[in-house]
Amino acid sequence: MTERRGWAIEAVKSALLEVQEYFRLCGAAIRATFSRPFYWHDLIEQIDVIGLGSLTVVLLTGFFTGAVLALQSGMTLDQFGARPFVGRLISASMIKELGPVLTALMLAGRVGSGIAAELGSMVVTEQISALRALGTDPIRKLVVPRVLAGFIMCPILTVVANTVGMLGGWIIALTQLRVSSGIYWSSVVEGLYIQDVWMGIIKPFFLGFVIVTIGCHVGLRTSGGTQGVGRATTNAVVAASVVVLVVDFFVTRLLISLLF
Amino acid sequence: MRAADITAFGLPVELAEPHAPVVLFDKVNLAFDDKTILRDVTFSVRAGHTKIFLGASGAGKSTILKLMLGLLKPDSGTIWVLGHRVDQMTETQMMGVRHHMGMVFQEGALFDSFSVGENVGYKLYEETSMPLEDVRKRVEEVLGFVGLAEYVDRPPSALSGGQRRRVAIARAMAARPTLLLYDEPTTGLDPMTCLSVDTEIVKLRDLEHVTSILVTHQLRDAFFIATHQAQRTASGEMALVPASEEKIEEADFVMIREGSIAFEGSAGDLRTTTDPYLRTFLS
Repeated sequence: MTERRGWAIEAVKSALLEVQEYFRLCGAAIRATFSRPFYWHDLIEQIDVIGLGSLTVVLLTGFFTGAVLALQSGMTLDQFGARPFVGRLISASMIKELGPVLTALMLAGRVGSGIAAELGSMVVTEQISALRALGTDPIRKLVVPRVLAGFIMCPILTVVANTVGMLGGWIIALTQLRVSSGIYWSSVVEGLYIQDVWMGIIKPFFLGFVIVTIGCHVGLRTSGGTQGVGRATTNAVVAASVVVLVVDFFVTRLLISLLF
Repeated sequence: MRAADITAFGLPVELAEPHAPVVLFDKVNLAFDDKTILRDVTFSVRAGHTKIFLGASGAGKSTILKLMLGLLKPDSGTIWVLGHRVDQMTETQMMGVRHHMGMVFQEGALFDSFSVGENVGYKLYEETSMPLEDVRKRVEEVLGFVGLAEYVDRPPSALSGGQRRRVAIARAMAARPTLLLYDEPTTGLDPMTCLSVDTEIVKLRDLEHVTSILVTHQLRDAFFIATHQAQRTASGEMALVPASEEKIEEADFVMIREGSIAFEGSAGDLRTTTDPYLRTFLS
């Protein structure tokens, strides 16, 4: 019994330490963003890697989510004779919730894991120590460009996902549901309020930030050689995916109280 | 100088002073959780001299280098490096001290995403305002020094183990450091490659006048570095010759055993020691 309690205390301590270290990293990254030196070319490179590199997966996810949403909702709306409103349902769902969350989950899988693996490998091969020995702060050189790239590119990718999602819905509405283009697009616009658009734009900033900071945090705390890198990669994806959903809930709650 | 008394070193250190201690450890202790890593470690390293740390794996040798670089902080004791008390400095302050230091890591720790040339010129390109043309010239110069000039555009993954260590040495020396730290630079290499890495270390020490601190458990390499010196011949070529008595005296051996200094002395002192542990290690 005492042994079990001791184990539980150690587990809680370890979890609290992780949280503390995560917030320390976030604080250090934010401070480093607003002071010199700033590695501009690394930021450009990371925008390319995180943003353009994720474009294909985001396009595919957005398109097929919009398409399947049109298929499913078309059947349900038929029961009420409301098939022409399919555009309204797709735009509201994609822009308010599915676009930001699915894009974030895709980024958690692709970018979060990639960052954790890359930084984890650098830790176990002493490249991080080498950076410090060469007079470079790893937070400034590695973390800040990635965090800023995630922060900037997640909303842009979300807008892309929303756009192709509505296009996917339009193709299904046109070819499968026999809803005309004019009715679909006017329904899409009617279903949207400016508050929804703000919500869809603001949320990805938070989600992009947490995905990248979690990837960096897990990567930089890697230990245990190549096995540790594998573990860090898995942990980064799992933690980022769960935190994306949690943050999405709280930010949505906050924005509803502020915007509506 | 081999003394355990801090007052003998006359701090703070003036870097311009010939043979001033560039590194000083005074009663340094470090433990991770319940495991003692270093216990009351005291030593100094004079400018232009060589300090060679020997000991079994896990004895705490590499930790000493990390403490010098400020990558770790001691639990107690004081550490002076190049006239700065590094055990009390923040990470930002340490960056200034590290600009005068270089370190060769055990496996090289080259950046995979950069070419050999980018690795070597990293510090000059990223952390100084040196013009790109000058950086390129310096990269070619140091790669030529270690005999790898033709590898400038290759990725580190295309190099052999020995070549990677030599590139790591070139990277460490590119910014003309005052102090170079070597963490097991020859571990896992074949004898011929070990010899070429040892030669680079001797060349750097004698031709570039860099104070060297070497951590190894390879006795042959340690004695080679201590008993050889590099000279320029009349034709300007480099020649490796047996070191003079004075030069041999400038190389200090320190044996670390379970986190404490078990021996400190010259190559001759180490060879003639009667300590049973040292005899076993030497044999």
